[in-house]
Amino acid sequence: MSGFMEKSNRRKYFLEKLSGKLFLICAFISVISLALIISFVFFKGFRPFVAEGYNFIQFLLGYDWVPGEGHFGVFPMIVTSLYATIGALIIGVPIGLFTAVFLAEIAPKPIVKILSPAVQLLAGIPSVLFGVFGLAVIVPFLQNYLGLAKGQSLIAVIIVLAIMMLPTIVTVSETAIRSVPQSYREGSLALGVSEMRTIFKVVIPAAKSGIMAAIVLGMGRAIGETMAVILVAGNSLMIPTSLTDSVRPLTTNIALEMGYAAGIHQEMLFATGIVLFSFILILNFILAKISAKGGQ
Amino acid sequence: MKTAVQLPKNNSFQPQNNKNAKISVHNFNLFYGEKQALFDISLDINEKEITALIGPSGCGKSTFLRSINRMNDLIDNVKVSGEIFIDNENIYRSNDVIKLRTKVGMVFQKPNLFPMSIYDNVAYGPRMHGIKNKKVLNHIVEESLRGAAIWDEVKDRLKSSALGLSGGQQQRVCIARAIAMKPEVILMDEPTSALDPISTLKVEELLSQMKENYTIVIVTHNMQQAARVSDRTAFFLNGEVIEYDTTDTIFSVPKDKRTEEYITGRFG
Amino acid sequence: MNKVKDHLLQGILWISAILTIVILVTIIGFIFLKGYKLMNISFIFGDYSPTGGGGIWPMIITTIYTIMISLVIATPIGVFAAVYLQEYAKQGRLVRMIRFATESLTGIPSIIYGLFGAVFFVATLNFGMSIISASLTLTIIILPVVIRTTEEALKTVPQSYREGSLALGTTKLQTLLKVILPSAVPGILSGIILSMGRIIGESAAIFLTAGTVAALPEGIFSSARTLTVHSYLVTQEAGDIELASAIGIVLIVIIFVLNLTATYISNKLNKAD
Repeated sequence: MSGFMEKSNRRKYFLEKLSGKLFLICAFISVISLALIISFVFFKGFRPFVAEGYNFIQFLLGYDWVPGEGHFGVFPMIVTSLYATIGALIIGVPIGLFTAVFLAEIAPKPIVKILSPAVQLLAGIPSVLFGVFGLAVIVPFLQNYLGLAKGQSLIAVIIVLAIMMLPTIVTVSETAIRSVPQSYREGSLALGVSEMRTIFKVVIPAAKSGIMAAIVLGMGRAIGETMAVILVAGNSLMIPTSLTDSVRPLTTNIALEMGYAAGIHQEMLFATGIVLFSFILILNFILAKISAKGGQ
Repeated sequence: MKTAVQLPKNNSFQPQNNKNAKISVHNFNLFYGEKQALFDISLDINEKEITALIGPSGCGKSTFLRSINRMNDLIDNVKVSGEIFIDNENIYRSNDVIKLRTKVGMVFQKPNLFPMSIYDNVAYGPRMHGIKNKKVLNHIVEESLRGAAIWDEVKDRLKSSALGLSGGQQQRVCIARAIAMKPEVILMDEPTSALDPISTLKVEELLSQMKENYTIVIVTHNMQQAARVSDRTAFFLNGEVIEYDTTDTIFSVPKDKRTEEYITGRFG
Repeated sequence: MNKVKDHLLQGILWISAILTIVILVTIIGFIFLKGYKLMNISFIFGDYSPTGGGGIWPMIITTIYTIMISLVIATPIGVFAAVYLQEYAKQGRLVRMIRFATESLTGIPSIIYGLFGAVFFVATLNFGMSIISASLTLTIIILPVVIRTTEEALKTVPQSYREGSLALGTTKLQTLLKVILPSAVPGILSGIILSMGRIIGESAAIFLTAGTVAALPEGIFSSARTLTVHSYLVTQEAGDIELASAIGIVLIVIIFVLNLTATYISNKLNKAD
């Protein structure tokens, strides 16, 4: 009676096995890519220290970067990257977070309808354009109003990075704040607590892990940003002593010199990449910890 | 096909004396990881009868139903032991689940038509089994929809989306989709629990007609339904079959106290 | 006292939001004001001229090349990878490893991708500074995006579709191709659109792998520059803010259209539910 069961299903089972293997291979390409990236970058970057007798500690803590004389120290760049990132966080996080709170909690609906997509659009804009804006507007402004000889400076980098991370922080924290259950707010308001106190004492703490994730994401964007930063950093090789100093972070060092570097010099740029990579790995580790906590 | 199921180690089963047994279950156990969900199930299901599986929620009746067409294979970490024979063939020994599920159709708790036209839904199974001839497909679709007593309601809108039908109509198209495969056994997992009383009645009438051609196993929460449509009833409790007999016996003179308590509504 | 504090806090929220709006409007406004004068047909479709006054057609073509090549490679790999993770894999070490790798790829900054592309595709595989080297690097960059969005789309396909299909004696592959993937198409499309945005916005990785040749590429092994790299270079080398802004307008318009499309698709998706 069964009309369809006489035929052999061997071909189907074969295709089933084959497609399963194909899908597995595709999934494994992520792993292969990551392994290739790590091994190539680390192999290139560690070679001078393993084969040429350079000292990695001297590389990390050295002050001088003079490729022509074989001096490779990235300490000023590490310091600059940290300063720039922390500075951008100090400006970007409060503005971004409060804007997110505004959008999620107290903004009139029509404003949300326009502003939320606008911020999302901004998050997608090529970061280079923020650098162009920085060079054309922020740098001359600093030059004229602060009387700087050269407007390209640490503070210019900080402002550009703060603006750049703003959309990321706003969109991710807004999502986190919106996902706080309404019952939390109602519970607090029902006790006669004011709306503002409810927002700051109940809603924001409840959205903490999402907000932390937003900050770490913004931080990752800031520390990894390259081209926008080149345009406003000034690119001098020194440890900044004031916000108005011309600076060179880790990323721009790579992009500026890869074009002509060769031999040991090029490998040292990969080593610079390893330092940057390590920062990002630490950040990712923190992010993973946070999201694991948020999941509980 | 990936399978999480271990094959039984010994095959000591002797074919039943009962000549009407379409499905024969022997010492069947099922585990979700460490947790045992079915305990030593043994029963025979007769050909061209309706067998109802009843019992409180979580008693294992749906799990057992899904063991008959190996739908439990889809869940990770499911292990089974014991045997289920259909036409004297051990379905856990043969690894041809395509063949098994072609022979054993299934209708689910909620209508689960695909987001396609009514025609494409019913023709889906035959097409997947290589039937391309339009005339043949047309014939199968009409015959199946008639078999599910829904042809007159949908014959003018075969090309429109199946999701536009009412819940009761969708469930009957699901039945048509199952019988389009010309199965011998049809498993039904609470097929009317999501339907209104009138649609439920229609499906029940349909079941009685279908009995002439198919062996039907139906899981139901509704004891009146079991009493109305089934020939035999198995009462499940905590993963065990407490009592299995003709429906008349189960509902009039149950042997076990727990069965009596359940059918008189004292728990569950 | 508390009332004063409430007003103060509310004020801070409003000020922050207004500041955000002002900053964003200023940037967009600046780029449009600086750039609109250059906007005309010959700017879009004209050939580049190093002495000024030329168009950006070669960069548009290069951008399209990189988008097409990366998507053609990354989409099937990413979709199949997501299918494996959602439909085939059993939870275990292998899946954890794949997920860890995918998440790690998301976090790597583009300059590191650039370094990798330069040593692997440009030098080791000897593709040279070229569109293909950049596109392959971009493929890895967008792979996690495609995987993640496809996974999300697959999660929204009801389990009952899978059961309904498999119970008819079909194979997993048939179920996937005929029922699951068609239902997941809108989600996959929005992932592809997101990836396009990512490619268009990318600069550092392309800068290090495609080079900076400002001419119409002869083929995928030619060195070339994308729109974003072009806007960087004209700023960095010539300080030509007007040209950079005009390119910026083109980029913003493209991103805007992509966002609208993605919103449209996801609205449609929500309606279907």
